[in-house]
Amino acid sequence: MSYLNKKIQTIKPSGIRKFSEMASKIPGVISLGVGEPDFETPWHIREEGIYAIEKSMTYYSPNLGLVELRKEICNYYRRRWNCEYDYSKNCLVTVGASEGIDLCMRTILDPNDEVIVLHPSYVAYDPCVTLSGGVVKVIDLKAENQFKLTPEMLEAAITDKSKILFLNYPSNPTGGCMSREDYEKIVPIIKKHNLVVLSDEIYAELSYNDDFCSIASFDEIKDQVIVLNGFSKAYSMTGWRLGYILANEDIISAMVKIHQYTIMCPSTISQYAGIEAIKNGDKDCVMHKESFMARRNYLVNNLNRIGLDCHMPNGAFYVFPSIKKTGMSSEEFCTRLVHEAKVAVVPGNAFGDSGEGHVRISYAYSIEQIKEAIERIESFLKKIEESA
Amino acid sequence: MDDVRLLKVLENDPRISVRDLADILNETENNVLEVKRRLEKEKVICGYHTVINWDKTNHDKVQAIIEVSAKPERDKGYDNVAMRIARYPEVKSLYLMSGKSEFIVMIDGKSMREIADFVGQKLAPIEGVTQTVTCFVLKQYKIEGVVMDEKTFEDKRQIVTP
Repeated sequence: MSYLNKKIQTIKPSGIRKFSEMASKIPGVISLGVGEPDFETPWHIREEGIYAIEKSMTYYSPNLGLVELRKEICNYYRRRWNCEYDYSKNCLVTVGASEGIDLCMRTILDPNDEVIVLHPSYVAYDPCVTLSGGVVKVIDLKAENQFKLTPEMLEAAITDKSKILFLNYPSNPTGGCMSREDYEKIVPIIKKHNLVVLSDEIYAELSYNDDFCSIASFDEIKDQVIVLNGFSKAYSMTGWRLGYILANEDIISAMVKIHQYTIMCPSTISQYAGIEAIKNGDKDCVMHKESFMARRNYLVNNLNRIGLDCHMPNGAFYVFPSIKKTGMSSEEFCTRLVHEAKVAVVPGNAFGDSGEGHVRISYAYSIEQIKEAIERIESFLKKIEESA
Repeated sequence: MDDVRLLKVLENDPRISVRDLADILNETENNVLEVKRRLEKEKVICGYHTVINWDKTNHDKVQAIIEVSAKPERDKGYDNVAMRIARYPEVKSLYLMSGKSEFIVMIDGKSMREIADFVGQKLAPIEGVTQTVTCFVLKQYKIEGVVMDEKTFEDKRQIVTP
């Protein structure tokens, strides 16, 4: 007899975890499968964390997060993305953006409310909806549209049960972006149907055309938008587990009820380091972005050269090429690639059914590592072609 | 093509092939080669050097940083005296500075004696030089952005993550 509740039994384990366990048992694997930057957390940020420990700044913080950190987060959104928020009412500091996803779902959804999720999507979105009693309504994005959301797609997905539209631009796993012009086409639809928009902006600083637009900057729907962001990708602070939510006062007050009973507050040490990051870390973001851009160009040009068709994505640090011409499924391709060529990339279907026929390749690696991986993938593709 | 982007990549890896450079900059190989040659000709690119930790070799080498005070000349300022210092091959780098002394000179020699002789016999007597303060380098911790003795990068991440 199982003691597990029915809901958890419906949740499938992450396809990435399964693949990771397999890949980690193969010696000599080069991985292009990681969803975090390879840069160390910049020294000035780490030093603030060290100082916090030295000075015993190790007590609980307020539930909302340290006042100074919330002030700096609101300054940052004003300075970088032209969005006004009041630190005392609109900002909640979370344990990574991940806690934010869960909080949003638990705060907004009633049973059977629909959440529109854009596939291929980050692996946590669908399960978080299900765990909160919501229903996932998928929009399958298309590679030929650079994985953008079009007004037609959105209109077609809306029903009388639609409650949340879940956006993630720049996107993991596709690297797709939405410009201000792209958003202008969907904002009236969001307003008309009174949808709550959950905008995961964790890759905002990795937007290579310098045109990142937060959907919260549209005043006409600002009250409907919940912004999720964090320190992991912009400042290479994945292990610090620090994120934040920006939203209207009602939503933040409701979220705090859950957050105070389940989390209390994120690590105070991480919060002190976060103040330094968001206050003085703009130059780190620029440096990381320049480096990622060089790697992206190198990877995309070489993938196309060896015959894996791949467009140049404008954001995040992933490419999502098609492997359909090999005749293999995503899982078969990745399993054979890791066994026969010792290169780990992630099967596209781990990000939803519409990712089938693609693989996610991360370029959060040095040029040398990418170069070696490309050589191995090229030999693998030649071998397949010869045996066909 | 953006010259600065090309220069930054080359500064980081002067050995990079033209093809890799073109891929990174998303340009054609011909374009990259042309711009690289132009920058070399214009002396924007002044050389391709290797960062060496000489402390790890058995090659005898002593380095010193010398503060040099000097008087400017009418119409020429410090340029004449600077060029007279710069022409000595022992001088690796030379900067005109704000602050207490006019120049910082970085020099290499085989021994402290050799450097002392150079300062006493060549540098200090140059017309216009009024004072020198010689500081010998005891240990190098970081050169040209590279931390000496730092462990090779080790990827501490999980092999695959979402």
